[in-house]
Amino acid sequence: MAFATTPTASTNRGWYKRNEIAITPWLFLILPILFFAVYVIIPIGQSFWISFHEWDGLGEKTYVGLANYERLLTDDRKFGISFWNNLKWLVLYLLAIPMGLFISLFLNQTVAGIRLYKSLFFFPFVISQVVVGLVFSWFYFPNFGLFTVILDLFGLEIKGGVLGNPNTATYGIIAAGLWPQTAYCMILYLTGLNSVDPEQVEAARLDGAKGYKMLWYVILPQLKPATFIAFVVTIIGALRSFDLISVMTNGGPFGSTRVLSFYMFEESLSEFGFRMGYGAAIAVVLFFLMLFFIVYFLWSMYQDEKGGH
Amino acid sequence: MFPTPIEKTSRTWQISYQIILPIVLIIWLLPLIAVAMFSIKPDSDFANGNYWGLPSSFEFFSNYGKVFFESNMPKYLLNSVFITIPTVIGAVALSAMAGFALGVYKFKGNLLIFFMFIAGNFVPFQILMVPVRDLTISIGLYDTVQGLVLFHIAFQTGFCTLFMRNFIKALPFPLIEAARVEGVAEWRIFLYVVLPLMKPALAALAVLIFTFIWNDYFWAVVLTQGPNAQPVTAGITEFNSQYRAAYHLMSAGSIVAALPPVAMFFLMQKHFIAGLTLGAVK
Repeated sequence: MAFATTPTASTNRGWYKRNEIAITPWLFLILPILFFAVYVIIPIGQSFWISFHEWDGLGEKTYVGLANYERLLTDDRKFGISFWNNLKWLVLYLLAIPMGLFISLFLNQTVAGIRLYKSLFFFPFVISQVVVGLVFSWFYFPNFGLFTVILDLFGLEIKGGVLGNPNTATYGIIAAGLWPQTAYCMILYLTGLNSVDPEQVEAARLDGAKGYKMLWYVILPQLKPATFIAFVVTIIGALRSFDLISVMTNGGPFGSTRVLSFYMFEESLSEFGFRMGYGAAIAVVLFFLMLFFIVYFLWSMYQDEKGGH
Repeated sequence: MFPTPIEKTSRTWQISYQIILPIVLIIWLLPLIAVAMFSIKPDSDFANGNYWGLPSSFEFFSNYGKVFFESNMPKYLLNSVFITIPTVIGAVALSAMAGFALGVYKFKGNLLIFFMFIAGNFVPFQILMVPVRDLTISIGLYDTVQGLVLFHIAFQTGFCTLFMRNFIKALPFPLIEAARVEGVAEWRIFLYVVLPLMKPALAALAVLIFTFIWNDYFWAVVLTQGPNAQPVTAGITEFNSQYRAAYHLMSAGSIVAALPPVAMFFLMQKHFIAGLTLGAVK
């Protein structure tokens, strides 16, 4: 053996040296690709496969074709509510972008201690959503919750409290989600405002632009990269909403706060039995909803790549 | 600078700005101030309906003492540490390699692989849930810290690679060429030329991933159960059912759970923000 390997080893070495630049990237990529394939890429395919089956997670899978999807789209009221709630999340969550912009404009000054102010404003984003959900649910409590108390001052009352009332519960959760998300958008805009070209601003000022006109025509175009990232992370955040719902209402009252991600989890792992096939079908629908945006993001990034070289 | 710098505005606005600033901050942080206040209140305050007023006595030590000595919280915290630290190391190491390969070399499929990492990173968790849970059970890692770590490393590698690759791409390429002319082996170029220049990116990703993983709740619920492997985010819900309606303890527990990423943020603020902006906003 030893005799046989020595010569091959030396030719291998020569071959490797000659092709070093072609081979090295693949050597560096083996491990990351392997991890990513096993835990991300392949599972996506598997979920598609599972969605064509009826499966309790333990026994044999029974092939049912498109039956899961048929049931989803024709007679599943819970799915309809979840999907509709997802759209509400998508639209209302985007409010984080203008709100973040507004706060960043407010904070973009150089007074004493402003750095500390900026970091304190960013605080909510660093905190776990589980904690955020918990605190907001106390705010919303009927009778003694701070929000309820304040509403009381104006003579308003929400039956059952914000989270106990099917008409308001989802909005209450979205408001809680907007808090950290606004902080995120704020920090994006603050860094963006730092790199706004001061000469352009001065020139525009000399031309008489100010206030809202200046913001719209001079500042916002320069903030485009920040807006793009804010848009990406907000859309993803909206479609990933799970923690807050799970902590604040657990899908209730009467299932009115379910979104697809939560409903999927419920169907697949709930105490009422594991319906993995049906859950996978919900996940696939959510995936396609997200894919729409993913394709858009990738397309924009691709344009950048082409533009850059 | 926009908006107009405060020094250049009227005296009245300057003063009002200085007054408004702290007020807005207090309103913005009201939820946090409330929890902090809750966490030092005695039990009796809640029974007496004193929810939002000042604490009637200072119970910091007894409340936090209960969290640390009479519950599973220390165990959960430890689990979180054992989940978060290896994930940070693993994800940063893997993505540094992937970022180097994708940022330095031109080869067929480069952009395709890069986009695969990005796209995978945006995917909803739920489409991975059933297969990943299955895989974790079948390799005997369900309800273990390692099971969570392996998944987190793999998933975070997507996001980190996006960041690393863009960072490496922006490095001066002549440095690498010079090393090549000198006959330095490629892996040595990675270790001794590129890696030292990547320190800011490594730091940014490390703090960011630390926060993401520490705050993860979904995968903690899917891949673990009970105090022997669950991190603090999942533990806090169990803690809360143990102390139902004991708001002072729930608050103290929440603060303990939330503190490590907050501390991380304050210590490494600059890097943290560089990471959040994905390196795209300078």
